[in-house]
Amino acid sequence: MITKEQVEHIGWLARVNIDEEDAFEFASELSTVLDYFGQLDGVDTSDVKPTYHVADVMNVFREDEPTGSLEQDSILANAEEIQDGYIRTPKII
Amino acid sequence: MLDGLSDIRIKIGSSSAEDVVAFYLERIEKSDINAFTCIAEDAIDQAKKVDSLDIEGPLAGVPIAIKDNISTKGLSTTCSSAILEGYVPPYDAHVIERLRKAGAVIIGKSNMDEFGMGTSTETSIYGPTLNPWDTERVAGGSSGGSAAAVAAGQVPVSLGSDTGGSVRCPAAFCGAVGLKPTYGAVSRYGLVSYANSLEQIGPLANRVEDVAALMDVIGTYDNRDSTCVKHDTGYTDALQDDVEGLKIGVPAEYFGEGIDDNVQKLVWDAIGKFEDMGAEYTKVSMPNTPYALAAYYIIAMSEASSNLARFDGTRYGTRSEGENWHMMVSKTRQEKFGAEVKRRILLGTYALSAGYHDKYYLKALKVRTLVKQDFERALGDVDVLMAPTMPTPAFKIGEKMDDPLSLYLSDINTVPINLAGVPSISVPCGFSEGLPVGLQVIGNYFDEATILKAANTFEKNTDHHTKLAGAVV
Repeated sequence: MITKEQVEHIGWLARVNIDEEDAFEFASELSTVLDYFGQLDGVDTSDVKPTYHVADVMNVFREDEPTGSLEQDSILANAEEIQDGYIRTPKII
Repeated sequence: MLDGLSDIRIKIGSSSAEDVVAFYLERIEKSDINAFTCIAEDAIDQAKKVDSLDIEGPLAGVPIAIKDNISTKGLSTTCSSAILEGYVPPYDAHVIERLRKAGAVIIGKSNMDEFGMGTSTETSIYGPTLNPWDTERVAGGSSGGSAAAVAAGQVPVSLGSDTGGSVRCPAAFCGAVGLKPTYGAVSRYGLVSYANSLEQIGPLANRVEDVAALMDVIGTYDNRDSTCVKHDTGYTDALQDDVEGLKIGVPAEYFGEGIDDNVQKLVWDAIGKFEDMGAEYTKVSMPNTPYALAAYYIIAMSEASSNLARFDGTRYGTRSEGENWHMMVSKTRQEKFGAEVKRRILLGTYALSAGYHDKYYLKALKVRTLVKQDFERALGDVDVLMAPTMPTPAFKIGEKMDDPLSLYLSDINTVPINLAGVPSISVPCGFSEGLPVGLQVIGNYFDEATILKAANTFEKNTDHHTKLAGAVV
């Protein structure tokens, strides 16, 4: 139902590199689960609205007042590579 | 019988918080059930502070285990994943701020399925937590460490999180009490998100009254979680020993195919006990229950694929080598995420991708509405619903690891509750061949009071909670 090529494509979209061997296994496992999900096709939802979340709250506003924030050092302490107060990564393009 | 909070308060009064915390640390040290991912080095110092400053909070000096996906300032938080190895949060979750203020001693972080994705705590990078009643069996999941630690007497109380049953399942498997609060009752600020529209932080303990005591502390409004709802607290005040006239609904769909005969019998025995105590029951129908599992997994995986995008080897956690940013991120996630996490991210990405969004994600959200309407209808006629928490007692370690779908099916009676967002508590209702079985009591939105009252009355009139697991050392 889902092919090895599709798995590799989804892997790229999700930024999860997938080796060829794993792609075959994922294709088989994901197909089984998707097959199970297919049972929802039989449910009549023609007049049903989607529920995104159940909390009975809409927009939550607060006054636009500055408050404290975390210390820069404590945040940068968790990054693998930092330079001059920035987080460093390999080049993006 | 293991000590509850009232026993511990007496012990702290007659000796010290330091002695009590040292006692529990020794129990953890002697045990090999692998309930913890790390122990707080400052646990004794926290206790000494309670002693020396005479801190009088409601949990003063009480040691507590925290699931490893709840942020604790200065204490490792890994979600049992290699991708967060070495991560030390620079801030406390709302619930941790509240616990510290109440004088609780954060004794350590408890083991879990990687990012909460599992029903057995077997997908943890630290290895499985063993069931205190039979160490060849799983503790349940994903909050397996939190439940096992409580049942093995390593802490009197703990916090877990419940996305599709992750507090109730391990509570049932380990013979503990576990509450999944109403969605919005407890702030998720500082909880590492897996499926944010479904999950809540919830307490575990060996007694219903201790679960209520924790809710009094953690269940306060917090504007840093915009889905947190202002509501009445006073959970402990609800604990009367009386179910006279309580209307119980028993949904036939929760006793269907795959639910073990012994489990069904024990749950019916429990309902019989409620009748003896003056409650009455009627059978109710919740016809969309069979579709809840598929809808739940589609929604949970879709939300996970988005929430876990933040683990990119950049701001925190570990990083793999790659010639550019995209390859670094892709390799990091390939090497540091476990197989189940990858499966869920891939399926979620697929369910949200162009061409499949309406077929899977939107469809699941509509089915969610139908499941929610089932609850609204049923709870319009009765006060609570009762059902087995889990279809079977704890299964053997490794038994379901090769077949993801069979593991998903274990969640059949817990996930509908998260789709609807109503509260639910699992309490011990007996043993099947030496393994604990949980009774699930489900209530209406923000009516934790009624399910706590029912569970407490049941506990006070039965002796299941007085039995000790073999792993208590």
